[in-house]
Amino acid sequence: MNELALHILDIAQNSIRANAGLIEIRIHEKPDDNLLQMEIEDNGKGMSPQQVEQAANPFFTSRTKRKVGLGLPLLKQNAEQTEGSFQLHSEENKGTQLQVNFGFHHIDRPVLGDMAGTLLILAANEKQAEIKYSHETPKGQFEFDTREVKKELDGIPLSTPEIRKFLNEMIRENLEQIQISE
Amino acid sequence: MNKIKSLADLKKLKEEVQSKIKLREKGDNPDNLIQIKVSMATCGIASGAKDTMNYFIEELDHQGIDALITQTGCMGFCYAEPTIELTMPGKQPAIYGYVDKAKAQEIIDKHIKLNELVDGIIPVSYKTIDE
Repeated sequence: MNELALHILDIAQNSIRANAGLIEIRIHEKPDDNLLQMEIEDNGKGMSPQQVEQAANPFFTSRTKRKVGLGLPLLKQNAEQTEGSFQLHSEENKGTQLQVNFGFHHIDRPVLGDMAGTLLILAANEKQAEIKYSHETPKGQFEFDTREVKKELDGIPLSTPEIRKFLNEMIRENLEQIQISE
Repeated sequence: MNKIKSLADLKKLKEEVQSKIKLREKGDNPDNLIQIKVSMATCGIASGAKDTMNYFIEELDHQGIDALITQTGCMGFCYAEPTIELTMPGKQPAIYGYVDKAKAQEIIDKHIKLNELVDGIIPVSYKTIDE
């Protein structure tokens, strides 16, 4: 996976499966510190210490459909390839926090990718988990919170084509405003 | 320069959309809708399931076909990603493997519009996944 947006789409679905009510996704771009930081925090059912220890092992999964689980291992590998780091904390019945650092200027760092598409897919999840996204760069900050959006929409589903199109443009335009040249 | 869209603009759009939605509402029972589930775990995402899903959403909206398109977890056919499950109203679900944009177009043109099955169905006795 070569886009950060794809990793987020992948990892955040772990939170949805863990019955999280709120998933917070935070991106910090700090080119001066050679740091691109991504944090995902949920209030789902969490993991036992044994599961945390095994989570980055590709041959461990909590699923029964198949025997491998590559989401976290691939992310860890991508981070470590860019001289970054990967930290996973979890407490049962409390939630899980993931912090991944990438070397901002490293040639192997994944690009941000289609964040708007990722957020829209996550926002329309079946379990009604709320998504709070914040993105900070030296040029500014953008926040997107599905609770605020749903309040405005007053019952109209997020997946309605017109709404989807609008939100896609809204996220895209706002992210362009704070984009720094890569 | 164009003004950046904000939540305030969403309010305006909401009123426009609301009247349209009322018209559609009678068909809102999911059993009467075409349902597409796109398998979107690590394997699906890495093979381009996001593009497939966006293509279905855009193309069906463009053609004015109402459908419920959702993402779902791994269906266990990681070798054949991107995988989709298509359920026509009142029919059994069909699973298609290797659904790229060209395949998606074929599925829309034949299966969805003409109710003809297309090559590429994964032939298993399959139940919808319930994670």
